[in-house]
Amino acid sequence: MTEQAALTGTAAPGAPRRAHSPAVSAARARRWGAFYYAEQVLRVMKGYGWTIVMYGVGQPVAYLFAMGVGLATLVDTRGAAGFGGVSYLAFIAPALLISAAVMAAANEFTFPVMDGFKWRRVYYGPHASPLTPEQIAAGQIIAVTVRFLLQSAIYFAVVALFGASPSGWGWLSVPVATLAGLSFGLPLMAYAASIKNDKGQFAMVMRFIVMPLFLFSGTFFPLETLPLGVRWVGWISPIWHGTELGRMATYGYQEPPAVTAVHLLFLVALAVAGWILTKRQFAKRMGS
Amino acid sequence: MSGVSNDDSHDHSQRYVISATNLTKKYGDFTAVDDISFHVPAGESFGLLGPNGAGKSTTMRMIGGVSQRTSGSLSIMGLDPEQHGPEVRAHLGVVPQQDNLDEELKVRDNLLVYGRYFGLPMSYLKPRADELLEFAQLTDKAKAKVDALSGGMKRRLTIARSLINEPSILLLDEPTTGLDPQARHILWDRLFRLKEAGTTLILTTHYMDEAEQLCDRLIVVDKGRIMAEGSPASLIREYSTREVLELRFGSERNATVGAELEGIGERLETLPDRVLVYAHDGEAALEQVHARGLHPLTSLVRRSSLEDVFLRLTGRSLVD
Repeated sequence: MTEQAALTGTAAPGAPRRAHSPAVSAARARRWGAFYYAEQVLRVMKGYGWTIVMYGVGQPVAYLFAMGVGLATLVDTRGAAGFGGVSYLAFIAPALLISAAVMAAANEFTFPVMDGFKWRRVYYGPHASPLTPEQIAAGQIIAVTVRFLLQSAIYFAVVALFGASPSGWGWLSVPVATLAGLSFGLPLMAYAASIKNDKGQFAMVMRFIVMPLFLFSGTFFPLETLPLGVRWVGWISPIWHGTELGRMATYGYQEPPAVTAVHLLFLVALAVAGWILTKRQFAKRMGS
Repeated sequence: MSGVSNDDSHDHSQRYVISATNLTKKYGDFTAVDDISFHVPAGESFGLLGPNGAGKSTTMRMIGGVSQRTSGSLSIMGLDPEQHGPEVRAHLGVVPQQDNLDEELKVRDNLLVYGRYFGLPMSYLKPRADELLEFAQLTDKAKAKVDALSGGMKRRLTIARSLINEPSILLLDEPTTGLDPQARHILWDRLFRLKEAGTTLILTTHYMDEAEQLCDRLIVVDKGRIMAEGSPASLIREYSTREVLELRFGSERNATVGAELEGIGERLETLPDRVLVYAHDGEAALEQVHARGLHPLTSLVRRSSLEDVFLRLTGRSLVD
């Protein structure tokens, strides 16, 4: 019975069709395709949902205890003046939150892209469906954005529990972290999409780009305390721009509005440039 | 739905679900597909037979709307896949050469997720997925992870996935390559049922038995060009004799014995491991061989196959 249904369902000319027509499929895919692919990526993510939750909860707990509670007992004895008048815990909490999103970006926009094009070729399944390469890229980005929001929200909740977000606007650090993750991640995604063979490039990115950015982006001490020769690392770092915005949100850190605008613009510009390059790479790689 | 501008193609698109005219694909200096034309009416099972690197997969990718042609025209259901990619792909089911299932998802979820790419609602997809699992004989694996499946099961799941949108055209690129004989037969049976149900099948293969089993009509391709076109039976009739006598004299003698066999049958083909004598009556030919005092180590009379057609057309065997 069912088998017969499966066969007649393959649309012999004239046989009744139970799925909507190909024209409807195409119209829906043109409109919603990116979300259809995002749905798939989120289903796969559910498979490692615990990792994401642990990343969101475990990491802040560990860091906030070690740095914000342990190290802070030493740092805070020297007075809070060096950290904008707040405790060391409150000073580093937004930086850790932003850094966690950027580090998640370094994972989500590298290996899965390689998996899509090469290892398990997961992009080529949807590629044969009505979806376009651009929609596949966009879908993955949407799904990862959802992950950033979720992870950052959990992270922020832990920060708030530690009492490290005195301002009522602290929750704004969640979208800021997500933006920082995208502004670092999308150019990286374009790069990952251009790689034909993994010869350890992603490990290099982690070691020689993400780690220095994490250490020298005004994360553990204000950027101004660094010598000028190294300070540029912070200026080009999405972690620094994000952290400065995060600090405004969590404890009302003050800076001129123009500087705030620069932080925002920098993050948005990097994300947009990364998106354009990613789209181009995907179309090129899947359309030849 | 808009037709194609070219009058001739427009005419074709009325009668044919796939129409390729002077289709060419170049990668730099290399011509993968060289000026080929073919037309496939609805419900036909059409094959592209040729060795690896003949340009079969490239042709399939152009039909599937995922590769841009260099020149020529192509129309699928009256649409140009380059202009109307999503619309064309919405008509198709695609079984690629390499499985690209979602290994991290469960078997049934692979079908559901794929159906979503066509914007199909879950109320349709859930019963449809169960039907297809039944069809692919994977019902008891519905909740298994894909990486727990055997090669043959993965292949059947890929075919089930390609049917989720009730495609009117199914593209199969080397559907049974790498499968053991039993798995191949199960798969052929499933494909044959689809064909009976009226689905247009386009398949590439380098297995002559597969082409003979499944194709109503096929083109033999080599180095990007069409060498011959017709039904398996008509190609065999045209390019080969009814029977073939295979003689093995041992690898030392095969090459030299040719001269002594001259005149037996209609044609001789000397291969490194055997000599093929093309004759209407194989047994009679064998008697003539014995009459000349030649005693092969083994002899075998069989019907001509597409392999012989290919050998005749290109001087090479299909699987090398």
